[in-house]
Amino acid sequence: MPSPSVKRRSAFSWHQPRVRALVYQVLTLGLVLAGVAWLLDNTLANLATRRIASGFGFLQQEAGFAIGETPIPYEAHHSYGRAILVGILNTLRVSAIGIVLATVLGLIIGLLRLSPNGLLRGIARCYVEVFRNTPLLLQLFLWYALITDRLPAPRQAIEALPGIFLSNRGLALPTPADPMALTWAGAGLLLGVALLLIHAHHRRRAAAARALPGLLKAAVLIGLPVVGLVFGGERLGWSIPEQRGFGFSGGVLLSPEFATLLIGLVSYTSAFIAEIVRAGIQAVPAGQWEAASSIGLSRWKTYRLVVLPQALRVMVPPMTSQYLNLIKNSSLAVAIGYPDLVSVINTTLNQTGQAIEGVALIMAAYLTISLSISLLMNAYNRRIQLDGARP
Amino acid sequence: MTPSAPALGTRLRRAFFSSPFNALLTLIGLWIVIMVLPGLLDWALFSATFQADTANECRQNDGACWAFIAEKHRLILFGLYPFDEQWRPLLASLLLILGLVLSCRRSFWNRRLLIVWGVLLPASAILMWGGILGLSYVENTLWGGLPLTLMLSTFGIAFAFPLGVLLALGRRSHLPIIRALSVTYIELIRGVPLISVLFMSSVMLPLFLPEGWGIDKLLRAQIAIILFSAAYVAETVRGGLQSVDRGQVEGAASLGMGYWQTMRLVVLPQALRAVVGPLVGLFIGLFKDTSLVVIIGLFDLTQAAKASLTDVSWAGFSIEAYLFVACIYFAFCYAMSRYSQTLESTPQVNHVKV
Amino acid sequence: MSKFDAAASTPLIQFQDVNKWYGRFHALKDITLDIHQGERVVLCGPSGSGKSTLLRCINGLEAYERGQLFVNQQLLDGNLKTLDAIRRDVSMVFQHFNLFPHLSVLENLTLGPIHVLRQPREQAEVQAHAMLERVHIAEHAHKRPAQLSGGQQQRVAIARSLCMQPHIMLFDEPTSALDPEMVKEVLDVMIELAQTGITMVCVTHEMGFARQVADRVVFLDEGEIVEQNTPETFFDQPRHPRAQQFISQILH
Repeated sequence: MPSPSVKRRSAFSWHQPRVRALVYQVLTLGLVLAGVAWLLDNTLANLATRRIASGFGFLQQEAGFAIGETPIPYEAHHSYGRAILVGILNTLRVSAIGIVLATVLGLIIGLLRLSPNGLLRGIARCYVEVFRNTPLLLQLFLWYALITDRLPAPRQAIEALPGIFLSNRGLALPTPADPMALTWAGAGLLLGVALLLIHAHHRRRAAAARALPGLLKAAVLIGLPVVGLVFGGERLGWSIPEQRGFGFSGGVLLSPEFATLLIGLVSYTSAFIAEIVRAGIQAVPAGQWEAASSIGLSRWKTYRLVVLPQALRVMVPPMTSQYLNLIKNSSLAVAIGYPDLVSVINTTLNQTGQAIEGVALIMAAYLTISLSISLLMNAYNRRIQLDGARP
Repeated sequence: MTPSAPALGTRLRRAFFSSPFNALLTLIGLWIVIMVLPGLLDWALFSATFQADTANECRQNDGACWAFIAEKHRLILFGLYPFDEQWRPLLASLLLILGLVLSCRRSFWNRRLLIVWGVLLPASAILMWGGILGLSYVENTLWGGLPLTLMLSTFGIAFAFPLGVLLALGRRSHLPIIRALSVTYIELIRGVPLISVLFMSSVMLPLFLPEGWGIDKLLRAQIAIILFSAAYVAETVRGGLQSVDRGQVEGAASLGMGYWQTMRLVVLPQALRAVVGPLVGLFIGLFKDTSLVVIIGLFDLTQAAKASLTDVSWAGFSIEAYLFVACIYFAFCYAMSRYSQTLESTPQVNHVKV
Repeated sequence: MSKFDAAASTPLIQFQDVNKWYGRFHALKDITLDIHQGERVVLCGPSGSGKSTLLRCINGLEAYERGQLFVNQQLLDGNLKTLDAIRRDVSMVFQHFNLFPHLSVLENLTLGPIHVLRQPREQAEVQAHAMLERVHIAEHAHKRPAQLSGGQQQRVAIARSLCMQPHIMLFDEPTSALDPEMVKEVLDVMIELAQTGITMVCVTHEMGFARQVADRVVFLDEGEIVEQNTPETFFDQPRHPRAQQFISQILH
């Protein structure tokens, strides 16, 4: 056996991949840590010279400012912590409703984009191009200007339906007089969830049982709580807005800020969702349409039973990022005066001077919300993938 | 006998009234169009005032007051830039637009692009700042309007691009620390809104830097935009890197090429070509996102619209102002999105049939 | 016995008890193999037998866990400098060509010489043209790979390998991905190549080629070298039962 005529190099030479890997990583980590240390050093020095407090103790101090929209009771003497909670709730409120409405509207417009009817296709196309190619902030300013400049004052408010008033102060809606009506809504929700769980259990047992269409499930989940709410309202009485003085008394008033943000977010995001829906449906191979029509399915039935379930698999990941975008875009509320979490923390930050804690709170809040939605949607995505198909 | 095309009436009927449902939708569509379009056209064109010397002349008509735009368009387009020197931001804007147009042409997808931007970016900066070459100095607090929007987006993408490519390579690296750092950065930035990064930059950057290192507001905003976009560029480029066949790396390795050579000469050219469409989409998003600098007090195109409304003698034409600005954004963004659509439909000569 | 006697010269490629695992799967088992300068060796065997893995160890595309592998008397042990030196001298032709689609044919050929061998551009281009002539494809120098047929692309790949002026050429199932009518043009090029005296190691199913060109056929099954012999002996009188089974399957 010939002996190698090569010298055994030392195990730690630069040409060993392990050595290189180690050196690169140590260098990079070192640079990053050095950079962070330098920034930290400067920060501490600056904080000291400007006599800015550190830490999150400020959360318990009195806030001293009022907030226009308060889903939970809040007043100026409450703590900053509570104020921030109100901000977070406002963000969640507009995001949750926004996501639902944007999905529904996006779905409709996406389907219209593919309609054989040229007129509808054109309208949908215009909608998508107009809302996608202008900045959301600008759209918010436009909506706000339209609502505050063009809608009449409360005294001349438009009564769209009995008890529902539209004015430049917002949209006044009747609500159940007693908050207990919410428990009826909650009961409705529980009933809906229970029904769906029973149905899922029944399907597992009896393999031949047909699944309910997703639309029906959604209708049950949303419809039953609404029925509960209405029922509670009927039982416990309604609070109907009435024009009083320069405003309204009774009912609930959806402020122009909330309305602007909601309309802006929904119209903007639905344009993107429409394109995702269109791409998803177009990704379903033409052979599927041909097969469906050859067994006599109508266009709508084909959509519902054959195309949309398959299109859904393609649509879910980009849909997820649009939902996350909507939540992140709700931060533009600060520009039109809706007290979302960025707006409230911004005020807090200006008053206490503790910028770092403030921005850290904003980022932590959004990261938490983003992560939760991502986890949920990824779980849903995994569930709807075909067994054996790579996502 | 050759079949003749169906008569017009039949065609219309099939297209719009083929079924009761379809007919209903068509009627709804027509109703929407009839409700919206005439009112819109009347307000925007027929009843509008195109020429007026004072606001009151405009207010006498019901329609839009485009004379307001005629009066204020220089302010909206160029911000507070000195009136006589406004040819400079105009030229700078044209140079940047030229750069964008050239970047779209396939013949420039190589080293030439670096040269183009290497010349155009500093040239536009010099035009705006002045102070040398006989141009008077204009400090950047006076910059505003369209040139500012263009500068923020083009400088943003120009610097975010290499950073994003490095992050994408880092995310796919086999070295755990480098991968961890890249992933953390990308996911952190992508999980938070641009506003928070802008706030972080405008409010926290002065705290992070030593005393005396003043950074002006514009630079802070630019840094925030660069850092933010880099994470999104990274994710897009990562998709492109994943689409390059493993065999390409093996082919390069069998020729004796090292990691950086392989990336530079073989993988990245293919990866980037694969994601040009999404990258254009990213730029469109960035262009729109620059409007957020309004919130930290910079004078971009959106803020310019707001500023034009503060003139007391021409008050109350907010919708005209916003629509004017919206049209400018729309023109840019629509053009770019049409371009990216043509990219998708052009057959790629780069995909080898395997 | 091969005309390349062990005593005559030091082998160019030496496997000594080389073992490789993919996780739990034992892909190469105690491989001991010598290949001398100028030898033409064909590796064959059923799919999954480890022949491609063995081939890819030679230029370091696969790493092995146990044993020793010497190429040009240099030990492949992960040392990057050794690997670079070996890769400059060993070229590989892949089943799926692995041409660079964003470059023209000429640029595909000059990339290695310019950036790895540090040749000046003019010299690299002259050599590239010469190689394209050799594989009879000179007229397509400025086309993109996607514009060529599979057989043409594979010939370009062979030319690209030749531009690195290797002493050893590895072929990993070079014709398996080609339509049948294009297999001959590639095999013809490989036969011409074999006559120049270059050391060739081929993984292939083309038994006609093996008969015509190979000095030795090495049969692998389940990661082991089961039999090796001259082509005539191997194809006409296989000794080992597994080899006999293989021959009967492919020569149906």
